[in-house]
Amino acid sequence: MAEAATLPTRRDEAWRYADIDAIARLGAEALAQWQALDVPAGTSLTRCLVVGADAPEVQRWRVRLEDSARAGFFIVNRGGDYTRVELEVHLARGAHFEFGGVTIGGANEQGGVTREFVTTVIHAEPEASSNQVVRAVHWGGASGNFLGQIKVARHAQKTDAAQDFKGLLLEAGASANAVPQLEIFADDVKCAHGATVGALDEAARFYMMARGIAPATAQRLLVQAFIGDAFVALADEAERERLLDAALGVLEGARL
Amino acid sequence: MLEITNLHVSVADKPILKGLTLSVPAGEVHAVMGPNGAGKSTLAHVLGGKPGYEVTAGSVTFRGEDLLALEPHERAARGLFLGFQYPVEIPGVSNVQFLREALNAQRKARGEEPLSGGEFLKLAREKAALLKMDMEMLKRQVNVGFSGGEKKRAEMVQMGILDPAFAVLDETDSGLDIDALRIVGAGINAIMRSADKAVLLITHYQRLLDVVAPDKVSVLADGRILETGGPELALRLEAEGYDAVLA
Repeated sequence: MAEAATLPTRRDEAWRYADIDAIARLGAEALAQWQALDVPAGTSLTRCLVVGADAPEVQRWRVRLEDSARAGFFIVNRGGDYTRVELEVHLARGAHFEFGGVTIGGANEQGGVTREFVTTVIHAEPEASSNQVVRAVHWGGASGNFLGQIKVARHAQKTDAAQDFKGLLLEAGASANAVPQLEIFADDVKCAHGATVGALDEAARFYMMARGIAPATAQRLLVQAFIGDAFVALADEAERERLLDAALGVLEGARL
Repeated sequence: MLEITNLHVSVADKPILKGLTLSVPAGEVHAVMGPNGAGKSTLAHVLGGKPGYEVTAGSVTFRGEDLLALEPHERAARGLFLGFQYPVEIPGVSNVQFLREALNAQRKARGEEPLSGGEFLKLAREKAALLKMDMEMLKRQVNVGFSGGEKKRAEMVQMGILDPAFAVLDETDSGLDIDALRIVGAGINAIMRSADKAVLLITHYQRLLDVVAPDKVSVLADGRILETGGPELALRLEAEGYDAVLA
């Protein structure tokens, strides 16, 4: 499906933290590509993705959940250059959407790298629920962003939507941005969102070292615990391991 | 086993330890008592290698080696255990995972084979039973949701599993009720009472010393050891207070 081929600017709310230079290199054509998925009524779908290479990348997903359908997206965004994953999710009555996302990484030779998730979750009908957990772990001037929009239609009563973002910055100069945006037109809904950004828990690291664990291992265990939240809802243990390994693999290559 | 000589330590440029000298040979349980602000926790932290403590003079030798030149995890691998006054909560990491990583890291550093999952669980079960701690607690996240007493018992389970040669226990008795105090005291005796091990037991109160009978008692005040004696010194402190004994 192709759309108007114009490049976004930082004035566009959904692109305010994007790497505009990288997008220009990518070109408007690449941005016009959407991957569409329909989840039929009463069925369930799970996607586990490791996204990111050495070149800029934008993935755009349009997911439509019919009545009482369930979809889970679990994504590690570990690009070596600007990497953006967009999810636009449309929920019919009683549908449930689960999103667990991790952005992780440092800089490349050109400097800081931006990795981001941009979600739009549309509660179009009553009694649908959505839960989004995003964790960002960065160092070396890199940044991780989560722009999460939740739209609740006027008649979408009993909507239950939640968004939770936490950033962990392993070095000064790294950054994390969370932009929750809630547009709620119904009056009987639950919408929760939270965002925190912090550094590694030095007390926990010292406690681990005092028990004999080397500093790099202590850091890996703490990062693993931190990002693990994003994949709690993923039932498939092998897939969970694969995603955790893909994320922690980035940390192993880092000189911190 | 542990030789502390003329140790001076500052925290944020403020001198806390001011020429502390103390020797603990193998086979000894040595209690250190002292008023608030005397430097007891600073002593424990600097022995454990906690960042933020600046040694401005003096030396610490552990089994003939310069302890202060070692990183915290290297000290642990050499057989030093630091029992925390306030054990740290680590969300997302289970006790079992944490302790198995710790034990196998220490074993690796000593050139020993790692324990398998099964061997480790057997050991953990044994030590948990010693401290009357439910094995289910060890499957939970490190110290998360534990009461003060449970945290201290979990510290002793950790000590049992890691089996150190020397334990520095920083107010392990604080936050314990009478029954837990007996269990923890008995645990210290079972794990550490041995001719080739030693304990530095930092405490405010006589009550733990009733269970773990110390061989020596030292009084730490104003950053120095002011007096060392036998167990009777602790009883005198309990009866008369620091001011009277140190006057």
